[in-house]
Amino acid sequence: MIDFLYSQNFINVMFIIIKIIALVVPLLVIVAFLTYAERKVIASVQLRKGPNVVGPFGLLQPLADGLKLFSKETIFPTVSNKIVFLLAPMIAFSLSIAAWAVIPIADGWVISNINVGILYIFAVSSLSVYGIIMAGWASNSKYAFMGALRSAAQMVSYEVSIGLVIITVLVCVGSLNLSDIVYAQKSTWFVFPLFPMFIVFFISALAETNRAPFDLPEDESSLVGGYFTEYSSMLFAMFFLGEYAAMIMMSGMATILFLGGWLAPFNVAILNEIPGFIWFALKTSLMLFIFLWVRATFPRFRYDQLMRIGWKVFLPFSLLWVVLTSGFLITFNLLPVNG
Amino acid sequence: MLPFFFYTFAIISVISSFMVIFAKNPVHSVFFLILTFFNATGLFVLMGAEFLAMLLLIVYVGAVAVLFLFVVMMLNIDFNSLRTGMIKNAPLGLLIGTILLGEMIFSFIGMKYGVANKPGNELFIVLGEEENTRALGKVLYTNYIYLFQCAGLILLVAMIGAIVLTHRKRDNVKQQDAVKQILRNREDAIEVKEVEIGKGVL
Repeated sequence: MIDFLYSQNFINVMFIIIKIIALVVPLLVIVAFLTYAERKVIASVQLRKGPNVVGPFGLLQPLADGLKLFSKETIFPTVSNKIVFLLAPMIAFSLSIAAWAVIPIADGWVISNINVGILYIFAVSSLSVYGIIMAGWASNSKYAFMGALRSAAQMVSYEVSIGLVIITVLVCVGSLNLSDIVYAQKSTWFVFPLFPMFIVFFISALAETNRAPFDLPEDESSLVGGYFTEYSSMLFAMFFLGEYAAMIMMSGMATILFLGGWLAPFNVAILNEIPGFIWFALKTSLMLFIFLWVRATFPRFRYDQLMRIGWKVFLPFSLLWVVLTSGFLITFNLLPVNG
Repeated sequence: MLPFFFYTFAIISVISSFMVIFAKNPVHSVFFLILTFFNATGLFVLMGAEFLAMLLLIVYVGAVAVLFLFVVMMLNIDFNSLRTGMIKNAPLGLLIGTILLGEMIFSFIGMKYGVANKPGNELFIVLGEEENTRALGKVLYTNYIYLFQCAGLILLVAMIGAIVLTHRKRDNVKQQDAVKQILRNREDAIEVKEVEIGKGVL
């Protein structure tokens, strides 16, 4: 990280900006088409057709939606706190994009290969609660405020178990660098030895991104729209895009931590020929599909059930698993040695 | 590039820490506090202390400040009444401020001329050579393991204390037993009856 700051070279800086654009633009396109994919997947589950009018197979539907949102009026509630109201969606959106800076899409394809990559992602995902809290508070509306409080409590609770899952993986790797985590999975993906942790991580990721069945912050039957009740137009769209970008980020993180990142499933020459980012994209898409599948399948949790699972089931379980894993590694002398 | 980033972070953090005190709205104060933490993180990164930077972000910004916000938003504090004691409390605040400033000056003097900068001091040698996460781990879990465990214990006791103090047992609260709910099956809950036409079940 510090090397970049010392570099005075203008071309270096330009190169990095180009890299950022090359990552963010496809990411936004993917976010747009994820909304399409979600509607198609849910439609298939419910034996409907889903969007099929705009363009071939309805593929242009996200563009139509975007255009619609652009043309709407941005409404500021009269009693709202204008500056915070405006800042909230920006923070939510930019944080969900910022996390991508450290994610290696293929071997060496990463904007910033920092030593504490996993901590950075963890920090950024824990910051995303601010976008929501600020939105809820600035709207000065009961529904929005309740949604924001629910969301904050939920995210803080599930972060604990995500943190313990990350520690379990780190104990096996011996490094906080995301690329090193992927290299450590050359022989076996961590999903096999740490399968229970993978499940805990996935469910916590659902709660962390406020997705069904844990989408209580935006529970329409009791809270209208949750924290973005008062938002309209592009400000609303920013929350929406932010949520989907966070979903992709969480899927990417699951891919890196458990599914071997850009590595091919088997160490065979033909599979290794396929570029790493395709494997990464495939695995991330699989995770995203499970996100959507879960949404179409499970009913929403009640809030006390959500808290119970987080604190009374996942926390003790993942804590136990950290102790077990490290105990196992020490007993059989398998602890990673580097440095 | 480095001086530019340093001055940006430094100036913003100083201004926002002043704004913490001067903001009219308490919620805005907390937001400015978060901004201060955030810029402190930036300064840590510039010093090459990435691990500390991320910890600051996760612990203070991600967890502690969220709790602050919660409390400030939920409790309807009348801040005008709080401001009335300003002049009365000013000497105490000044005293604490002076002590903190003195301590900082002493530690800086210590860093420049004192023990810490002498050769043979483990801390500085380790930090100079290695990736700082590993270096910190080595120092904390070897030389300072008892102090580290002690700190952990104190935090644990504080946490348990807080829970004991705030927890109250309430009667008349209906609680669900999740295990019972899951173990319930169709046979326990539903009874199928043949109902004659024109007559009710009862």
